[in-house]
Amino acid sequence: MSCNGFIALAARDLRLAWRRPVDAWLAVVFFAVAASLFPLGVGPEPQTLRQIGGGVVWVCALLSTLLALNTLYTSDYNDGSLDQMLLSGHSLVLLAAAKALVHWVLTGLPLVVAGPVLGLMFDMSPRGLATLTLTLLLGTPVLSLLGSVGAALTLGLRSGGALLLLLVLPLCIPVLIFGAGAVSAVELGISPAGHLSILGALLLLALVGAPPAAAAALRISVL
Amino acid sequence: MTSSLRFFTYASPPRFYALAGRLIPWLFGLAGLVGLVGLYVGFFVAPTDATQGQAYRIIFIHVPAAWMSMLLYLVMAGWAAVGWAFNARLASMVARALAPTGTLFTVLALWTGALWGKPTWGAWWVWDARLTSELILLFLYLGYIALVESIDDTRRADYAGALLALVGAVNVPVIYFSVRWWNTLHQGASISMSAAPTMAHTMLSAMLLMTVAFWAYAFAVVFMRTRAIILERERDADWVLALARQRAGAGE
Repeated sequence: MSCNGFIALAARDLRLAWRRPVDAWLAVVFFAVAASLFPLGVGPEPQTLRQIGGGVVWVCALLSTLLALNTLYTSDYNDGSLDQMLLSGHSLVLLAAAKALVHWVLTGLPLVVAGPVLGLMFDMSPRGLATLTLTLLLGTPVLSLLGSVGAALTLGLRSGGALLLLLVLPLCIPVLIFGAGAVSAVELGISPAGHLSILGALLLLALVGAPPAAAAALRISVL
Repeated sequence: MTSSLRFFTYASPPRFYALAGRLIPWLFGLAGLVGLVGLYVGFFVAPTDATQGQAYRIIFIHVPAAWMSMLLYLVMAGWAAVGWAFNARLASMVARALAPTGTLFTVLALWTGALWGKPTWGAWWVWDARLTSELILLFLYLGYIALVESIDDTRRADYAGALLALVGAVNVPVIYFSVRWWNTLHQGASISMSAAPTMAHTMLSAMLLMTVAFWAYAFAVVFMRTRAIILERERDADWVLALARQRAGAGE
C-alpha cells in the first residue's frame, strides 16, 4: 500500500465514523462518567483528590481507549471488506498503521482534550494539567497501537471483548506508570522530564513495533 | 541408530512421545530427591539470618520459583516462536504445555512473597517494583492461556499465542530492569552475577539445589502435558491408534 492507500483508508474510516458519531462519543463519555465515580467513592476532600487526580484520569483514559478497541476491525471483518483489503496486495503494515491512527483520532484525541477538564474537577494545579495533557498526547497513541495488535489477535472470537482487555491491559501498564508518574512528579515539584522521555521512547517503540505485529496478527486471524 | 540421530530426530511427535515417557520417572525422581536434600539444607543446616530470623527461610522456595516463572515465560515464547516461524508442530505443543507450569511458579512466587513479606515488612502485599512485575507476569500468562484456549482452530491458536508471547517477552526485560528503575523497599537481588555472593555458602547451595529440583519438576510436568497434547492432536494418526490398541490389548 502506497502512501495514497494509507491516506485513502484513513479518510474512509474517518468518513464512516463521521456518519456514526455515537461510537466516537461513547469513549469520551465513558471516560467522564468513570472518572466522576472516583470522588463519589473516595470522598470529596480536595487534598485526596489532588493526590489521586493524575492517576485516576490516566486509568480512565486507558480503560476507555481499550473499550473502543473491539470495533477497530470488527465491522470490516463482518462485511468482508477486511478480506478484500488483505487480498488487494497492499502492505498490511500500512493498513494496520492507518487503522491505529484512525482509532487514536477518534478516541485518543478527544481524551487529550477532555483530560484537563476532568483534571480541573480533581483540583489539579495548572502545571499539573499541562503535564497531564502532554502525557495523554504522548501516551494515548501507544495505547491505540498496542490495542490494534490485540484487536487483530481476537478478531471474530466469541469472548472477544473481555479477552482483548485481558491481553492488552498488562502491556499498557508501563504507559500508565510513566504517564501518571509524570503528573505526580509535577505535583510534588519534581521535573517530569525523565517520565516524559520514557513515554516518548515507548511511543517510538510502539510506532515501529506495533503495526508489523498487528499485520502479522491479521494474517494469523484471517488467512 | 546413532548415525540417524540428528538434531531434529525428536521433533517428530511419536519419537518425542516415547523419549519423554522414558524420561518422566527419572525427572520426577530427581525432583523429589534433590528437593528433599535442598529443603533439609535450607531448613536445618543453613544458619539463621541475623536480621530476619527464621522467616527468611522461605527464600529457598521463593527465589527459585520466581526464577522459574520468568525463565519459563521466555522458554515458552521461544518455543512458540519456533513453532510459528518453522511450522514445527511439536514446538507449538511444548509452548502450550509450558504455560500452566509457568503460571503455577508465578503464583508460587507471589504466594511465598506474601508469606515472607508479612513478618519482614509487616504487610502481605507491598506495591514494590518486583512484586508488581511478577503480578504483571501472572497476567501475561493468564492472557496467553485465555487466548489460546478461546481459539478453536489449532493452528490459529498456536500462532496467535506465539505472537502474544513474543510481545509479552518484551515485557520480561522490563521486569528485570524495573529493579533499577524504581526505588523500592525490596531488598536487592539475592544473587548478583558481578559481585561475590554475600550469603552463606550453605544458603546458596540450598537455593541452587531447590532450583535444580524445580527444573526437574518443570521438565517432568511439561513432558507429561506435551504427551497429552500430542495424543489429543494426533488422535487420528496411525501410531496413536496402534498405541491405543496395544494398551487395550495389554489391559485385557
